[in-house]
Amino acid sequence: MNVMTRPPFDVERIRADFPILQQLVHGKPLVFLDSAASAQKPRQVIDAMVQAVETQYANVHRGLHWMSERTSDAYEGVRNKVARLLHAPDPREIVFAKNSTEAINLVAHSYGRGVMQPGQAVLISEMEHHANLVPWQMLRDAAGIELRVARISDAGELDMEDVERKLEDGRVGLVAVTHMSNVLGSVTPAARLAALAHTHGARILFDGSQAAVHRTVDVQAIGADFYVFTGHKLYGPTGIGVLWAKRELLERMPPFMGGGDMIDSVTFERTTWAEVPHRFEAGTPPILEVIGLGAAIDYVEAIGFDAIAQHEAELVDHTLARLAGVPGLRVLGSAQDRGGVFSFTMQGAHAHDVATLLDRNGIAVRAGNHCAEPLMRRLGVDSSARASVGIYTTPGEIDALADALLRIRDFFA
Amino acid sequence: MFDTAVRELYSAEIRRHGRTPLHGRRLETFDASARGDNPMCGDRVQVFIRRDGDTICETGFEARGCEISIASADLMCEAVEGEATSAIPGLADQVEAMARTGLCEDCAAALERLRPLSAVHEFPSRVKCVTLPWRALVAALAGGKEATSE
Repeated sequence: MNVMTRPPFDVERIRADFPILQQLVHGKPLVFLDSAASAQKPRQVIDAMVQAVETQYANVHRGLHWMSERTSDAYEGVRNKVARLLHAPDPREIVFAKNSTEAINLVAHSYGRGVMQPGQAVLISEMEHHANLVPWQMLRDAAGIELRVARISDAGELDMEDVERKLEDGRVGLVAVTHMSNVLGSVTPAARLAALAHTHGARILFDGSQAAVHRTVDVQAIGADFYVFTGHKLYGPTGIGVLWAKRELLERMPPFMGGGDMIDSVTFERTTWAEVPHRFEAGTPPILEVIGLGAAIDYVEAIGFDAIAQHEAELVDHTLARLAGVPGLRVLGSAQDRGGVFSFTMQGAHAHDVATLLDRNGIAVRAGNHCAEPLMRRLGVDSSARASVGIYTTPGEIDALADALLRIRDFFA
Repeated sequence: MFDTAVRELYSAEIRRHGRTPLHGRRLETFDASARGDNPMCGDRVQVFIRRDGDTICETGFEARGCEISIASADLMCEAVEGEATSAIPGLADQVEAMARTGLCEDCAAALERLRPLSAVHEFPSRVKCVTLPWRALVAALAGGKEATSE
């Protein structure tokens, strides 16, 4: 759709697409501020999945019958949509996985063990989700690959000098960093990081689980080698994630899992692998979830990432201003380039107690270590509460959060 | 803003134990100790026990966690001092049942003071805050070093 013909961003119209937002929680209107954990789904996604299962469903890539052919077309059509979403040059570079975690594990296994050599290193950062930390620890322990960790500043920005220092000896084969922190909201300078990695002979993977929801991703403009994201944070279903990688890299990588659909020919003695990307999609894939992801991509593209980013930027300003007005509240991180994720602590009140009291007012936030325990330790906190916004979030909901936090502060005073 | 269930959970009694626990200290000498972890939320409690024969004579704990978990640890210490070590697993089971259901049937006299914690049954995601210190206590008496809320 042409940007000029797109209707203006209308949050109330968007909210009407999300049936769950009509729900009451503890008798209060739901204020859903946990989209960074998993976003809600619009009617269009729900309907696409229901329609597929009711009218056009069979296994893909197998049946020589009409239903299977139609389902295969729909499934492969989503691969094209994902390629367009990421500005990837070739849909064959799109691999469907269960989620970002599985996509990263795929790279750790197939690229880490299959292409990297013992003695090489993987460089991550202090602000990675466990999903972009634990697979590399497992690679380190299994394959003799060193694991290095780049520092972040107290503001929650990647320390680029430290990144460069840790790349200097040329032994880093892969940099694996978040494109946007799920705790601090910090957006990393992706193109700069990619250029730096390449200068030192390393490939680079971005965990786009958060970033892909909030802004345009252009893997070619960034200069990425691998990019992963997950469908359920992009208003799509659970059970479907994406790995994009340059075709030349995928071609060099052995399969992650063995089974049906990923083979070329099989005898008891020997199996040859299917072409990419099918080589990495063993077994019956999550067909309905892929179709749901396609509908989610259609949905956000119809709104447009420029409008989504603009809406979010306004919410970021509003949220930071309102949270600054809550005495004793500390927002973790103060990156210049940040998205709509706000982790905070409150003096005199533990995050879990804060989250429970917010919940009783219909306000859903997350509390805990946000699957980033080392980062919490680095920040010197045990636990924090986290509010995160989506395309359906309104300034009024942020006001509800801030007003509730003021009352909670009084409650715990 | 705060309904009855919230006011019962954060009662004056629980809040006093949660904010100014009387047993929140490491014992200088102890016979058993174990750590309880809730890996999902980061709560952690280390329980210390001093025994006189088969009787628990002194307890203490160090914790990082919410008010509910600290109040539970503090009330636990009050409840078990003077109890036979053999009675502790049974008491821990009763506390778990009380936290989940709100009811404490045939409740041991030692647990009467824990009654306010039964309010947590209205908050399923917070039940583990109450049970974690008891898991650590049971582990310590069994000679273990670690327990988990899971």
